[in-house]
Amino acid sequence: MTQKRTINELNIDFMRRRKPAAWLSGVVLLVCLLSIVFRGFDFGLDFTGGTVIELGYAQPIELSEVRAVLETQGHGGATIQYFGSRTDILIRLAPQDGVEEDSAKLSDRVFQALSQAAQGQVELRRVEFVGPQVGEELREQGGLAVLFALIGILIYVALRFEWRFAVGAVVALIHDVLFTVGIFSLFQIQFDLTVLAAVLAVIGYSLNDTIVIFDRVRENFRRMRKGTVIGIMNRSINETLSRTIVTSGTTLLVLVALYVLGGETINGFALALIIGILVGTYSTIYVATAIVVWLGLSRDDLLPVKKEGAELDLLP
Amino acid sequence: MNRYPLWKNLLILGVILAGLLLAWPNLYSQDPSIEITAARGHEISEASPGEIKAALENAKVPLKGIESLEGGKLLARFDTPGEQLRAQEAIERTLSERYRTALTQSADLPGWMRRLGLNQMSLGLDLRGGIHVVIDVDMEAALEQAVERYSGDLRTLLREDKIRYLTLTRDGADILIRFEDAATRDAGEKKLKREFRELDIQPSEESGAFVLRAALPETEQQKIKDFALQQNITTLRNRVNALGVAEPSIARQGDRRIVVELPGAQDPGRLKEILGATATLEYRLVDTEGSVADAVAGRPPVGSKLYYERNGTPILLKRRVIVTGDQIIDASAGFDSQSGSPAVFVSLDGQGARRMRDVTTENVGKPMAVVFIENRTTTQMVDGKPVKTTRKVEEVISVATIREPFGRRFQTTGLDSSTEAHDTALLLRSGALAAPIEIVEERTIGPSLGQDNIDQGLASVMLGLGLVLLFMAVYYRVFGLVANLALVVNLVLTIAVLSMLQATLTLPGIAGIVLTIGMAVDANVLIYERIREEIRNGNSPQASIHAGFDKAFSTIVDANVTTLIAAVVLFSFGTGPIKGFAVTLFIGIITSMFTAILGSRALINLIYGGRRLNKLAI
Repeated sequence: MTQKRTINELNIDFMRRRKPAAWLSGVVLLVCLLSIVFRGFDFGLDFTGGTVIELGYAQPIELSEVRAVLETQGHGGATIQYFGSRTDILIRLAPQDGVEEDSAKLSDRVFQALSQAAQGQVELRRVEFVGPQVGEELREQGGLAVLFALIGILIYVALRFEWRFAVGAVVALIHDVLFTVGIFSLFQIQFDLTVLAAVLAVIGYSLNDTIVIFDRVRENFRRMRKGTVIGIMNRSINETLSRTIVTSGTTLLVLVALYVLGGETINGFALALIIGILVGTYSTIYVATAIVVWLGLSRDDLLPVKKEGAELDLLP
Repeated sequence: MNRYPLWKNLLILGVILAGLLLAWPNLYSQDPSIEITAARGHEISEASPGEIKAALENAKVPLKGIESLEGGKLLARFDTPGEQLRAQEAIERTLSERYRTALTQSADLPGWMRRLGLNQMSLGLDLRGGIHVVIDVDMEAALEQAVERYSGDLRTLLREDKIRYLTLTRDGADILIRFEDAATRDAGEKKLKREFRELDIQPSEESGAFVLRAALPETEQQKIKDFALQQNITTLRNRVNALGVAEPSIARQGDRRIVVELPGAQDPGRLKEILGATATLEYRLVDTEGSVADAVAGRPPVGSKLYYERNGTPILLKRRVIVTGDQIIDASAGFDSQSGSPAVFVSLDGQGARRMRDVTTENVGKPMAVVFIENRTTTQMVDGKPVKTTRKVEEVISVATIREPFGRRFQTTGLDSSTEAHDTALLLRSGALAAPIEIVEERTIGPSLGQDNIDQGLASVMLGLGLVLLFMAVYYRVFGLVANLALVVNLVLTIAVLSMLQATLTLPGIAGIVLTIGMAVDANVLIYERIREEIRNGNSPQASIHAGFDKAFSTIVDANVTTLIAAVVLFSFGTGPIKGFAVTLFIGIITSMFTAILGSRALINLIYGGRRLNKLAI
């Protein structure tokens, strides 16, 4: 296994490139932010409200045929797209006045019309309706969930490590969240509830990564009496690099399987996680640790050691 | 060195065996089945299974099995969905008076599993198909109604005690009562305060008048809201039960929402008609003396109110209500024995029956009307904001002459069709809603889509698992195989916990399982990389194993606790799909810590422990 030996014996000077990396991150995040502010998101039904109808045709169908039928029904503004294959289509209707009484009849009417046009060769697979106020609440709840997750993590890391680590970790997480949702905004990929769940999972995952390195940093500070802060950071990142690559690798393997086979409804979820894990691995090295260095961590901050994890030694 | 005490090995073995047992039921397939409940006024008896068997034999539908469920229900199993449908038809045709049926799916578990209380994971609607509806209860209207009711009660009490007041008006959510002088006001205050302890009653002088201001305190408002929600849940449950759907679920969500889930149901239109109608009936005497023409011109006689019949004919009714929908305890649809027209048969409670008897005895030969009252809520977008308006629709659905005094049971005719009679009976029977409701979210998932979702989810779990297993075995050799075993056990334990908790598995839940498969190896990777490091640093294999597990431990805990925080936040903030994802993520992390730290250590100990080693296959 020569390959693993190379990974383990690498001594990459990660910290030397932390300034260019900071510039890179800064520029990318700015682009993401601008896109979020000016382009916004292609919010899914969960957040906007409205009606979604998923249909399965017996034969491949042209979108234009479907659109023509919808226009006769007065739904010219509907979004129509293929959903996984040329026989499955998804229709999105924006919320309308007098929503409540109409939605069942609306989807019924649309389906009847399309069914007639296709001589009954179509199956109604799914109908979803979300009222406008629910969508608004979900958006608020989603934002709050992200915020509370970050605060909880900030407190935990500050207690277990030191405040500079907590700040580093949280900044890295914000970086990952912004980047991931930024991509969704930039490419106008639909953002729905499952994507939000994925973003929260990214927070959990990326933090996993960060904690592993921080743990090693803490250990190395206590073990190695000599060496600069930068040197120790580099050492720690290099020592954990093989683990980082293996774990990210296996997780990505699984996510790619999910993306390819999981079906259209789960695609956004898998994509958000794939992006999140890639950027999370990067940010662990270049954002989290760089911030800790930048905040002026010194050996003394970690030295008055209470016996590390005294209560935990009892367990394994 | 590197040996676990016997008890630890046994504990791990015990957990794994328990996990296998709990996960086992999921290997059994689901039979298309029919859930059979007794119709109103009938019971499932010892003879029932025999009756149903006979009916199915007559219709030549092969029956796979029939058994009793909890709560006096029967479950009939079939081999194919086609037979299931034919069986339902047969039972409906011949036994519809005594039994109600609902289509469902039921796992074909052996008897011993059921006796042990083992069960399959329950599948979410996105996996089995069905209707999911979120209902918003209009709390403002509930409060409004409460204030309205209090106004009436205050007025009655003052009148009964002959305490003279000038006016009684509503000022927002408060009630204002004006009195002529301070003395009457104080008398009124004393009286009202004693009778209505829950109200906050304050005397004041407003623009020269002597006033009592009665307000609903915050705690009282909360009580009213809670009651409204609870009452609506009960009412909705009655209505949903009447729809004939197996395993419906009706649950409170937050302060003002109700979630209704109907697995297998496919017709949202009918569901919404039944759920959404907040209807009640009122019985009133017809005012035969007042002038209808004057009333139409805007001058109704005192004590009467103008109504319209369904065909638009105006009619004057007495303001005083004889009986309201609250007092109706049962209602069924049928046909009038004389005219053959559709009718609703109504039973009243004791108080309602007494009032009805008194009033009808005094008024034989006079006409009485039934008023149908329905709250229709519509949402309109005004300046981009949804604005809800509730409209009260009152219609006179029948006018009939009182031929003889009514008793506890009587009938109402004058309905357009037997369907209408049926729906009206359903609404009357299930009681009134305490506050208007509005459907704010609705999802209907077709059964074939549910099956697709299961297949795709299963395929991606299998592929992901396979890839990870392959990689770990190649990269870490013997240790990789140990990690793989831990991973498979982890998957079994996750399924076991989901089955045990009867947590609902959804599509995002499957995604959560897939994600934990990817991340579960992390603990093993951390340990193994440590062991490799120790070996590189020149330590003996046994010492390396020991140090590897030891040193990685706190890292694993720290890393996983943070993910747990994310899972907990997801669970507490999320609804529906997000919650499902959070549950599986949470369970996956806990079980993976168990299998990766304790389980794989035990295995490594068994393989390598207690002997001299020169090399490790890692």
